[in-house]
Amino acid sequence: MNSNVASGLREAGGKRAEYVFEAPVRLWHWVHTFSFLTLAVTGYLIAHPLPSPIGEPSSHFLMGNIRMVHFISAYVFAVGFAVRIYWAFVGNKHSREIFMLPLWRGRWWRGLLHEVKYYLFLTPREDKRLGHNPLAQTAMFFFNTVMTFFMIITGFALYGQGLGLGSWADRMFGWIIPMLGDGEGTRNWHQLGMWVMLMFVIVHIYMAVRADMVGKRSSVSVIIGGWRMFRDDDS
Amino acid sequence: MGIQKTFYEAMREHGVTRRSFLKFCSLTAAGLGLGPEFAGTIAHALETKPRTPVIWLHGLECTCCSESFIRSGHPLTSDVVLSMISLDYDDTLMAAAGHQAEEILEQTIEKYDGNFILACEGNPPLNEDGMYCFQGGKPYVEKLRRMASHCKAIIAWGSCASWGCVQAAHPNPTRAMPIHKVITDKPIIKVPGCPPIAEVMTGVITYMLTFDRFPELDRQGRPKMFYSQRNHDKCYRRAHFDAGQFVERFDDEGARKGYCLYKMGCKGPTTYNACSTIEWNEGLSWPVKSGHGCLGCSEDNFWDRGSFYSPETNLTVGGGIESTADKVGGILAGAAAIGVAAHAAASVISKVKNSDKGGASHD
Repeated sequence: MNSNVASGLREAGGKRAEYVFEAPVRLWHWVHTFSFLTLAVTGYLIAHPLPSPIGEPSSHFLMGNIRMVHFISAYVFAVGFAVRIYWAFVGNKHSREIFMLPLWRGRWWRGLLHEVKYYLFLTPREDKRLGHNPLAQTAMFFFNTVMTFFMIITGFALYGQGLGLGSWADRMFGWIIPMLGDGEGTRNWHQLGMWVMLMFVIVHIYMAVRADMVGKRSSVSVIIGGWRMFRDDDS
Repeated sequence: MGIQKTFYEAMREHGVTRRSFLKFCSLTAAGLGLGPEFAGTIAHALETKPRTPVIWLHGLECTCCSESFIRSGHPLTSDVVLSMISLDYDDTLMAAAGHQAEEILEQTIEKYDGNFILACEGNPPLNEDGMYCFQGGKPYVEKLRRMASHCKAIIAWGSCASWGCVQAAHPNPTRAMPIHKVITDKPIIKVPGCPPIAEVMTGVITYMLTFDRFPELDRQGRPKMFYSQRNHDKCYRRAHFDAGQFVERFDDEGARKGYCLYKMGCKGPTTYNACSTIEWNEGLSWPVKSGHGCLGCSEDNFWDRGSFYSPETNLTVGGGIESTADKVGGILAGAAAIGVAAHAAASVISKVKNSDKGGASHD
């Protein structure tokens, strides 16, 4: 079990490297990253438009293009997420980590507590599991998986306003608008969602780089090559 | 009230000629987007159907809906509609007063039980047992409940009745409630706006009386024929929005050139209404045409969204938080960055400490 400290150590003990993230998972990670960054920048520019270009409106399409890039990235973001959900069904056990928290497992909870203590400098011992540690998994579940889902449904609901009543986006996602109050409310929550995801990005990058530098297992190269390396000074 | 007259008979009694009547039918068909062949259908319906009484109640409101209604762009429309809907009771417009007026309500219930339309302008306050709106010796909410329990359908006129509007704005001291939160067992059509456009009001009521049913409604109970598009969708300044040309200040070059008012807080992109199509005052103008952004008056919570002149609106969590998504988000992301920096520093200190102890990290 990936959430088992002991077995993670055992498996890693002999080999010092383990294949963790399969190619589709790694590919999605980067598609997700770059589509999110594009969405964040273009989304910010939609909320805070650039200075006006000079001339007749017929010769410019600045806002239109920014919105188009936003919509295209949104499709990439959404389709990528859909493919990623599919891969959770057919991929290895680590591919399911970001979708499911094993809340029913006592060991997982103990692992979570251990990680919280570790990052609060209350215990020096580091976990050497293969996949995500329980703390990372929890953060990833709420701030990436749930937020991605939230951004997709609110985004398509707002997109449906532009496509018009009765369009596919309106029929599938339009219900979210009255649920969040109104169009303006939905827009605001969508905007706040970007900041929450950005917050996750900051912490996520820090944690990964830190673990790579301080910890005993690779955590940056693993999402590029898929192999988790272990630097076990004790073994 | 006597034997039930047809709409047509009622109109003739009010001095509407047959010619005007037919003109009205054509106008209405066009106004509702039904096509010319429906003029005959409307005429036939009005000639044969008994006139449906309308009871027009006023709760907490400013009467701007009534003001808008009686100023319907086409004088023909207002004349005909006013005679057609038989305003048996309307606090503002009726001749009767006092006990005589209140009696009309009971008479209507007796004669037209389950068969009259209740048009609600404004909303009932619920705090202090409804004491904040008192009519004829009773809280308004009781009057509304009594009439609603006997009516066929309810029209929620304006943003007050539809959403709550200014009196329901945070902190809503009187606990003013939109109609659909007080009356839950009757069909309600919402005609939001502060006020709604006159032609929209007459259009909705004519449709209901002619076809004996609601026009097609959207998810939130608004008639699709008038509320299915945003002001932004049909805005004549839309080209400037797509080009990225925005007014930055009300006296700048962009304002003189008629650029898009999005940065000045125009709520057109999230406001469902027919202003950019039907316009106001007989099609004379509408806010954006006069150089001012849309306030979003036909949308829920428009009073609680902060400045009308800022493109960033408040999050309104529970109606209370006066902060924009970017402010809250900026603080979150900033806190994350500071937290990360602090943790990085602490990690370095901890590592130095541990190596001082001679590899204590490998226990």
